[in-house]
Amino acid sequence: MSTLAVHDHGVVHNDHEHHHTETFISKYVFSQDHKMIAKQFLITGITMAVIAMLLSILFRIQLAYPDKTFPLMETLLGRFAPGGRLDPEFYLSLVTIHGTIMVFFVLTAGLSGTFSNLLIPLQVGARDMASPFINMLSYWFFFAASVIMISSFFVQKGPAGAGWTIYPPLSALPKAMKGSEMGMTLWLISMVCFIASSLMGGINYVSTVLNMRTKGMDLWKMPLSVWAFFLTAILGVLSFPVLVAGVVLLIFDRSFGTSFYLSDIVLNGKIMPFEGGSPILFQHLFWFLGHPEVYIVIMPAMGISSEVIAVNSRKPIFGYHAMVYSLIGITTLSFIVWGHHMFVTGMNPFLGGVFMITTLIIAVPSAVKTFNWIATMWRGNIRFTPAMLFAIGLVSFFISGGLTGIFLGNAALDINLHDTYFVVAHFHLVMGSAAIFGMLAGVYHWFPKLFGKLMDEKLGYLHFWITFICAYLVFFPMHFMGLDGVPRRYYAMTEFPAFNRWLSVNTFITWAAITAAVAQIAFLYNFIHSIFFGKKSPQNPWNSTTLEWTAPIEHIHGNWPGEIPTVYRWPYDYSKPGHETDFIPQTTPFSETMSSNLPHDFEDNPAGLEQYNAWAKTQRSSEEVK
Amino acid sequence: MMAQIQQEKDRLDLAPKKFNMWLFIFTSFMFFAALTSGFIVYVGGRGHGLSLILPNVFIYSTAVIMTSSVTLFLASRAAKRLQFGKQRLFLWLTFALGAAFFALQIYGWYILTYKMSIYFSNPNASQSFVYVFTGMHLIHIIAGLLLILNTLAGSYRNKPQVINLYKMEMSSIFWHFVDIIWIYLYVFLLLNQY
Repeated sequence: MSTLAVHDHGVVHNDHEHHHTETFISKYVFSQDHKMIAKQFLITGITMAVIAMLLSILFRIQLAYPDKTFPLMETLLGRFAPGGRLDPEFYLSLVTIHGTIMVFFVLTAGLSGTFSNLLIPLQVGARDMASPFINMLSYWFFFAASVIMISSFFVQKGPAGAGWTIYPPLSALPKAMKGSEMGMTLWLISMVCFIASSLMGGINYVSTVLNMRTKGMDLWKMPLSVWAFFLTAILGVLSFPVLVAGVVLLIFDRSFGTSFYLSDIVLNGKIMPFEGGSPILFQHLFWFLGHPEVYIVIMPAMGISSEVIAVNSRKPIFGYHAMVYSLIGITTLSFIVWGHHMFVTGMNPFLGGVFMITTLIIAVPSAVKTFNWIATMWRGNIRFTPAMLFAIGLVSFFISGGLTGIFLGNAALDINLHDTYFVVAHFHLVMGSAAIFGMLAGVYHWFPKLFGKLMDEKLGYLHFWITFICAYLVFFPMHFMGLDGVPRRYYAMTEFPAFNRWLSVNTFITWAAITAAVAQIAFLYNFIHSIFFGKKSPQNPWNSTTLEWTAPIEHIHGNWPGEIPTVYRWPYDYSKPGHETDFIPQTTPFSETMSSNLPHDFEDNPAGLEQYNAWAKTQRSSEEVK
Repeated sequence: MMAQIQQEKDRLDLAPKKFNMWLFIFTSFMFFAALTSGFIVYVGGRGHGLSLILPNVFIYSTAVIMTSSVTLFLASRAAKRLQFGKQRLFLWLTFALGAAFFALQIYGWYILTYKMSIYFSNPNASQSFVYVFTGMHLIHIIAGLLLILNTLAGSYRNKPQVINLYKMEMSSIFWHFVDIIWIYLYVFLLLNQY
């Protein structure tokens, strides 16, 4: 006991000094405060998103005008666009790096990193993460990974070009193509840093949710956003190590002459000594991460949207328990469906059938979530804030992209559809656009919490409508291209007479993509301008019930001055009949809301129920007197 | 002031940090599970078996690392009983045994390559897997040894007992796990020898 007391004293002393000596470096650079780390993740994530978007515009221009030359392109890209036309191998690098950045750097680190960091401690009522130091390391590993990934544009032969899935042998033989050389090595180094970052973050998120909830915050009182971040972190913790294993073996194949993935290789007419390896082994290891990864991408966006939709419909989320159980169902199922990416690898048809069944079962929890979002909005008192529009956008994309998942999950149909634009359309809608819209909903909704300012609504609407319409214009026509058999990742469709007729559609898609890209300027301007000159935000701008809005607007170390608030009720008491306002914060005890209490509020609280019954009885008798 | 004390207490809660270690162990477990599943898929697919008799040195290294778990347990018990001299002694013993394990594994590689001519870079990748398993495990051993050194350093600097026990527990969780993983890998390899 005495050691404890001495200990406390020492720490308070340190803390005191600390406040006076907080330097620029400890506050803004190597910060251990989860709110600052969230901002760092967000800004790095947005930067990476802009880069990835510009890359996509470059290859879209190639697809729309495969035979035209653009002298400006040579000026900008030099040896990567000789004569003003993209180098075919650089085209593959662009596709690869666009995919890698969007999937990992924007929608994994940018999304989970920002919102898990910001919201987990604030919404469960914790001072900070379980280990603030590891949390800081997580960001800096991510930053290093980003810098290394971008730096691969500055090496002689350009970035990795084997696709974001880096299948061997292209990724395992440095001499195979331009994108297999230095760029591929940098890709691997970058991803090792990235996985380290992701694991450190994920471990912290899980531990914080399980150990550091405030008084009264049991698991069934957590907002759906926290549930989603929590389950996402579990997915990451269990699946990323498997990718490490795959990447370690790949590095040995590349640099140490082993044959884990390589067999019967003839390179430039020379027979290579590799023997007995199996590229399918890499696909198994990769997709064991790769499939959970797409849920790592979409689940935080789903959690954010659930929260935003409930707040802005002024209604409790429909089927809270069903929402949680479907998240748990998705988490579990996501580990046993990876084979649906490998239907055409010569897999045993029986095994393909098993993977098909597990894949199609995921439609059930996904549909539950979709119906619940719609039912939440049904007859709600909807406020169409920009955040709400983006959340509805997520629901829309998730439905239209999810439906095509049922086609692709079918082992027989996949023989036709595999590696066509149908797949591109499917995942860009269901996890690409949907997750981006979830992330943007989060940015618009929690911007006041991040920066203490409000974003401009008009620019938000402009941003939403152009992006929403253009996203459909870009990805919807791709379904038809895919049904016609147009393969993905091809450099110039004009080389193939069968696909020539799709050129006009490609041109159309490119112009839609460029319009969408231009619309992002509205967002970037709004974002940066509002940080500095935005309207000051009130304490609780959206009249929300959750805990983060009880913390002071000005960020302080430890989130709440004094004690952490206690939680008494679930986070969705919106428009509860009998209460004067249309929301009751989680911190309001039932004793203060007698007029709106219901018997089921006291399911696990017999003493409270007794009080409630007594109160109801007196109410009834006074009614009778009247 | 009271509020600040309260705040700092919340921030210094050690239980979540210990939980972090357990979670890290899950990630590590998944990593080795992936490697061994990779082995199974490889062997099943291509008809390349391990087809070698593992050198005896791995039996000795297994005995050494199991003993080190016992000494680490004794160090933990001494720490709980406030016998700090004994705690340091057993920690040093554990460290020495860990280092001996490391040396024995490297010696095992020496025998594999120079005596048995089974190389890492090998057309039969199931034999390369032996090096991958042991090598990746040795990386964990290095981390475990560093944790033990860190615990020792804390003990010599007379850190408060709470911290001492915390460090002791962190290194115990990790070291016993690394021990168990080695036994798993060794038994796995033994069962797949032919």
